[in-house]
Amino acid sequence: MNITLKIWRQKNKQDKGKFVTYKLDGVSTEMTFLEMLDYLNEKLIKEDADPVAFDSDCREGICGMCGLYINGRPNGPEKGVTTCQLSMSVFKDGKKITVEPWRSKAFPVIKDLVVDRSTFDKLIQVGGYISANTGAAPEANSIPIKKEDVDRAFDSGICIGCGTCVAACKNASAMLFVSAKISQLSLLPQGRVEAKERVQAMVLKMDELGFGNCTNTGACEAECPKEISLSNIARMNREFYKAKIS
Amino acid sequence: MTKLDAKIPEGPLAEKWTKYEASVNLVNPANKKNLDIIVVGAGAAGASAAASLAELGYNVKVYVFQDSSRRAHSIASQGGINATKNYKNDADSDYRLFYDMIKGGDFRAREANVYRAAEISNNIIDQFVAQGVPFAREYSGYLANRSFGGVQVSRTFYAQGQTGQQCTLAAYQALSRQIHAGKVEMFSRRDMLDLVVIDGKARGIITRNLITGEIERHSAHAVVLATGGFGTIYYLSTLAINSNGSAALAAYKKGAFLANPSLAQIHPTCIPVLNDYQSKLTLMSESLRNDGRVWVPKEKGDKRPANEIPEEERDYYLERKYPAFGNLVPRDVASRAAKERCDAGYGVGDTGLAVYLDFKDAIKNQGYDTIKAKYGTLFGLYLKVTGINPYEEPMRIYPASHYTMGGLWVDYNLMTTIAGLYAIGEANFSDHGANRLGASSLMQCSGDGYFILPVTIGDYLADQIKVPKISTDTPEFEKAEKAVKEKLNKLLSVKGTQTPTSFHKRLGHILWTYSGMKRNEKGLKKALKLVNELKEEFWKDVKLSGGLNELNHELEKAGRVADFFELASLIITDALNRKESCGAHFREEYQTEEGEAERDDKNYSYVAAWEYTGEMSNPKLHKEELVFEFVKPTKRSYK
Ligand SMILES: Cc1cc2nc3c(=O)[nH]c(=O)nc-3n(C[C@H](O)[C@H](O)[C@H](O)COP(=O)(O)OP(=O)(O)OC[C@H]3O[C@@H](n4cnc5c(N)ncnc54)[C@H](O)[C@@H]3O)c2cc1C
Ligand code: FES
Repeated sequence: MNITLKIWRQKNKQDKGKFVTYKLDGVSTEMTFLEMLDYLNEKLIKEDADPVAFDSDCREGICGMCGLYINGRPNGPEKGVTTCQLSMSVFKDGKKITVEPWRSKAFPVIKDLVVDRSTFDKLIQVGGYISANTGAAPEANSIPIKKEDVDRAFDSGICIGCGTCVAACKNASAMLFVSAKISQLSLLPQGRVEAKERVQAMVLKMDELGFGNCTNTGACEAECPKEISLSNIARMNREFYKAKIS
Repeated sequence: MTKLDAKIPEGPLAEKWTKYEASVNLVNPANKKNLDIIVVGAGAAGASAAASLAELGYNVKVYVFQDSSRRAHSIASQGGINATKNYKNDADSDYRLFYDMIKGGDFRAREANVYRAAEISNNIIDQFVAQGVPFAREYSGYLANRSFGGVQVSRTFYAQGQTGQQCTLAAYQALSRQIHAGKVEMFSRRDMLDLVVIDGKARGIITRNLITGEIERHSAHAVVLATGGFGTIYYLSTLAINSNGSAALAAYKKGAFLANPSLAQIHPTCIPVLNDYQSKLTLMSESLRNDGRVWVPKEKGDKRPANEIPEEERDYYLERKYPAFGNLVPRDVASRAAKERCDAGYGVGDTGLAVYLDFKDAIKNQGYDTIKAKYGTLFGLYLKVTGINPYEEPMRIYPASHYTMGGLWVDYNLMTTIAGLYAIGEANFSDHGANRLGASSLMQCSGDGYFILPVTIGDYLADQIKVPKISTDTPEFEKAEKAVKEKLNKLLSVKGTQTPTSFHKRLGHILWTYSGMKRNEKGLKKALKLVNELKEEFWKDVKLSGGLNELNHELEKAGRVADFFELASLIITDALNRKESCGAHFREEYQTEEGEAERDDKNYSYVAAWEYTGEMSNPKLHKEELVFEFVKPTKRSYK
């Protein structure tokens, strides 16, 4: 099929950036979205033009490195997929596709579609862990944990840190990302010990890094490629108030 | 000439590590803060090592090419991680895991290292649970296990199909904590492009800042490579597309020996190649073979939809050929069997290069909900990629490049042949012989990182406490930096007509055809010639865009492909040298009447460690003879 791409091009952080339009023939519906961009880039290089910079690594929806704004939605029109899992079969022949990087103050653009998400790492650094030094662990089965609790911890723990939640949110809030980690760890007995310090440190850091507030619109949950639940935010809020009053 | 001394401690197998730990040189806590360690890579191996070294008090610097250390390829591992807890009371033990790995590796791994890996496996599970890994549990609240290929016990711990993600994140979080504590300095979006050796000791690295393009010098008292495997050399593989062999090659060219480079695992259960544009192949975890049954039609070229082929017209060829292990034979055996059936004309799907993996019976016997709980993520992934629903129709699968057993040669200390240069995780060669068993890589990577390296590196650094901070203002750094810049400029100046990716595809095709699941002398010789020709063509005709001093993915790719050519030659040279079949290395000239791999213990019971001798000369072979003190190599049979 033939498509028209309107892609955000920006040389570097300082550059103002602009949309550039490309006509692309011979696109197969069997391609993934990123394979389509590979195909475009191969063509651009041959034509002595600058290829479009975008990030990806695992190409199977687990590393969280990809992530693009496609036709005004993070990761495109399909539900529950990362950008690398998006198939070209969802687009129609002859249609125009607009491609942008994540837009958020906390994720500055580095080049074209590549953004800097190191603020996510900074959030984890202030408390997204259990402080168990190597060697200090007790026997793994010494604390039985309810299957139900572990399963819920897993459901929160599958976040891939892609930044979709922030990109989808009109306030650029990182609440879903932070609350997923807080939930995972506070649902487990070994994570309870530091629960109070963790939630306080991470919430404080969120504000400091320029992420916005949560106004409960739920766009993050709706767009999250891993379908992480909004209930994590409620749990985090409970943890936060508990920490405040205790 | 460097002599290969594996430095295996004396004494009974089960006492070696304990005795080693009791007698190893230590660095006192006050001195550790004066010692710098570079760790390249932050997957299961690198992140656990960096965090543990920092906890001990060393100053650690970590380098990764992704934007965050959380994205290392380890994040994609699926099925599980082994340990010998024996929670199932099925007679598991350190010795049994050790034996399974030695046998699974077709008697081409080093006994002492493998035993140690098994011995510390339980500590790893303890550590991960303490760090919050939500491994699957029974209703009782205790940890659950499943079994994996090549073994008859259930010793695999798992978190659905995302075990690697959960373990890697735990290590990433431990690392993040040390960054916060100021003990680790993190350098992301950096490509290590060379190793700096001063007076025979590894003292630093040269990196390229992938955002600014700046070429940087970094020094330390010791350097650890945790840079993963290079199965991406085949172009299509189950690895993350940017995984590469450049760090290993740089170390090799500076004097580290590369061991058994041709021993590469082709994983049997991957989604088959669907089209020409494909950039990667998706793994369907081996755990699926616990309940899925592999089959092809009995009739050649039977084009009926799978569900219309009646039971008696299906050939469950693994169950037929290997009744003792059935669908759970090790990966090398399963991959070859699939290739054999497809080559003989029984393959399914449009290309005929696929076999079925069927869950019909499992769903009938265990119920939809049970199967969904076990494999929900994987079934979903399969549906997304192929549009086929595995609850209703069998999956189609085919082997794909997956793992490199070979890698940098290391001794018992995990030190390479360069003093102060360590290799851990998939980047080294030591534990998996000629074939890796499922769920044993995460185990080895985290064992190396959490528990082995932090001990063994002290033995070397104890000697270094008087050495002040290493200056980067030395002729060795100067020279390495210059060489890196020259190579990059050379790549940019070719200005030919073909893209790096197009060369990578062609290289992968050559390797897959002649140095893949089946190899023979004639084909390998042809491949060597083809690789050399393609390499020449590359340096004359590669076309890049962009410049040195900016984010330039094409330049990154081109550098990696250039290195792949050199690795490919080494892989083929190694495959030619090993005139036997063992594990994943199947030389058609050396097979039994039944078509199984035929080992030659008399002549090839050694690790082939290759030394770089210069651009124009052939690599030199060094042999580490494998001494089997505790197990007797037998014919590997899964019948
Ligand atoms: C799809 C898939 C599923 C798997 N499932 C399992 C499983 O269920 N169980 C199991 O045990 N094993 C599994 N494996 C194997 C296992 O995942 C890998 O062997 C293991 O994760 C390797 O870890 P590592 O730490 O050695 O390297 P990696 O995780 O590959 O990390 C490499 C690191 O090195 C860095 N790096 C590399 N080169 C450079 C350079 N030049 N400069 C700077 N940084 C560099 C990267 O940024 C990265 O941080 C699977 C593998 C695949 C492909
Ligand atoms: S590339 Fe890894 S999630 Fe898309």
